[in-house]
Amino acid sequence: MSAGPVIRRRSAAPTRPPRSPLLTALTGIVLLYSLIPLLWLGINATKTQQSLFDSFGLAFSRPFALWDNVRRTLSYDDGVFVRWLLNTLLYVVVGAGGATALAVLGGYALATYDFPGRRAVFAVVIGAVAVPGTALAVPTFLMFSRMGLTNTPWSVIIPSLVSPFGLYLMWTFAAAAIPTELLEAARIDGAGEFRAFVRIVLPLLAPGIVTVLLFTTVATWNNYFLPLIMLKNPNWYPLTVGLKSWNDQAQTAGGQVVFSLVITGSLLTILPLIAAFLLLQRYWQAGLAAGSVKQ
Amino acid sequence: MAVPAQPVVVPAVSAARSRRRGRRSWVGWAFLAPFMAAFALVFLAPIGYSIYLSLFRDRLIGGRTFVGVDNYRDALTDSRLWAAVVRVSVFLVVQVPIMLLLALLVALALDSGRLYGAALFRISIFLPYAVPAVVATLMWSFLYGDRFGLVANINDALGVTLPDPLSAHLALASVGNIVTWEFVGYNMLIFYSALRVVPGSLYEAAAIDGAGQLRVITAIKLPAIRGALVIATIFSIIGSFQLFNEPNILQKLSRNVFITSYTPNMYAYSLSFSGQQYSYAATVAIVMGLITMAVAYAVQLRGLRADR
Repeated sequence: MSAGPVIRRRSAAPTRPPRSPLLTALTGIVLLYSLIPLLWLGINATKTQQSLFDSFGLAFSRPFALWDNVRRTLSYDDGVFVRWLLNTLLYVVVGAGGATALAVLGGYALATYDFPGRRAVFAVVIGAVAVPGTALAVPTFLMFSRMGLTNTPWSVIIPSLVSPFGLYLMWTFAAAAIPTELLEAARIDGAGEFRAFVRIVLPLLAPGIVTVLLFTTVATWNNYFLPLIMLKNPNWYPLTVGLKSWNDQAQTAGGQVVFSLVITGSLLTILPLIAAFLLLQRYWQAGLAAGSVKQ
Repeated sequence: MAVPAQPVVVPAVSAARSRRRGRRSWVGWAFLAPFMAAFALVFLAPIGYSIYLSLFRDRLIGGRTFVGVDNYRDALTDSRLWAAVVRVSVFLVVQVPIMLLLALLVALALDSGRLYGAALFRISIFLPYAVPAVVATLMWSFLYGDRFGLVANINDALGVTLPDPLSAHLALASVGNIVTWEFVGYNMLIFYSALRVVPGSLYEAAAIDGAGQLRVITAIKLPAIRGALVIATIFSIIGSFQLFNEPNILQKLSRNVFITSYTPNMYAYSLSFSGQQYSYAATVAIVMGLITMAVAYAVQLRGLRADR
């Protein structure tokens, strides 16, 4: 409870246990399980349509067709894949970015201000987390269709703006990371509430913000059900729904030519997120640890 | 989206309260209002709207008429809905324990400090979480495929005929495998984060008492992360009852197996978008929401009772 948002490692323990080859090998099975499908995807994105069917799945085969596949994926059907990528970026920047902003503001308010209705907010938001999100999707669709929002980017962006998990994480993070005395001092100096927030609070919350941003980005980037029901026009599809439509096409008679596009498109879809997780490891692992400190 | 945090948040809140005592004002609402406005539009309004819809019925002649609880009465005796509920319940009872146990074992292995290259294990096993369900399902459906997947490779190489993973018998297990693959690393990370903050003094005390590895795990580690275990279980339950993406994407490959009412969510989806039965779809959504909350609440009560 008293721990700050930094992981307290036990590396200071006096004796370090010996490493175990057996345990490493056993855990290695899970590692293989996790990586083999990704490996399969990476390898098969380098194959031509023909060798996809002819060669062993986990072995490379000639000719090396990755660049050709990428070029075909990006240009197929007048470059619709690029359009889907841009749509996804739009949904992520506005949706996940907006969700993070709302969560940071709200979490800060819950952690540092006392205001009427604060306890009720806590109860309602925690209760909402238990409501199955997809159960809300159909009524949300009906509501949005009355408001004329379906089949527009807004129908995907607006629901993405709310992340109860993000609010909760920012709340616990802000409660631990912001010394109240610092804010008091800023107020005595005459800084307005908002100015104090921007100048003092935001820098302190940075690791929490990165974590929430990363997880809302994953949620938005990977969103499938919501855009599937909201969007009819393929021009507004995100990558997930677009890939699914290609795969459906590949299952039809004569549609096999799209198989290698589905595989290469899948690879292109996951690379940005995997890169983000690898590059920002330090931040999100610390942020997650902070969320679990609250015992 | 699941919550990688523990459910017992009250201490954090009360501690924050004590720091703020004496300053009660509406300023906080200025910061919270944007979130609450979006929350009301995206959570509260649809819940209210679906309750409203569930009390009506659309008829070809006469339009929308008030029918009271008729839709709920129909739902309770709807064999397709309950077949779907049973299916996801079986899924829940089998898949969730396997996934969480696997995640727990990996987290304990990482936390033991006995692995070579622990950082590589941690990040690699977590990576599938970053893969969209759509891509995960497409990937696994290729691997399952008997034309150019791994199953086909194994059949060719060994001259055997493995059972089709997407046949009626194995379909649910195959979906379970995809879901396990997607979330085992995520749950592992939640458990691992919780294990990292167990106070070192507890281990020192255990060492002085001469406690063995297994004893340390059962007496210290597992009780210490019970909060994380409960929340991971609850969110896995919610996820199971909401099962949609994976079977929906596999539908094209095995239409006879993945029927339109394969899961409650797929049923609600097909009621709305193929059947135009919006008010009944809303009823199904509410019934499923209530079942989910009841089960999640029961698990949480059990988890908390074990506290004492």
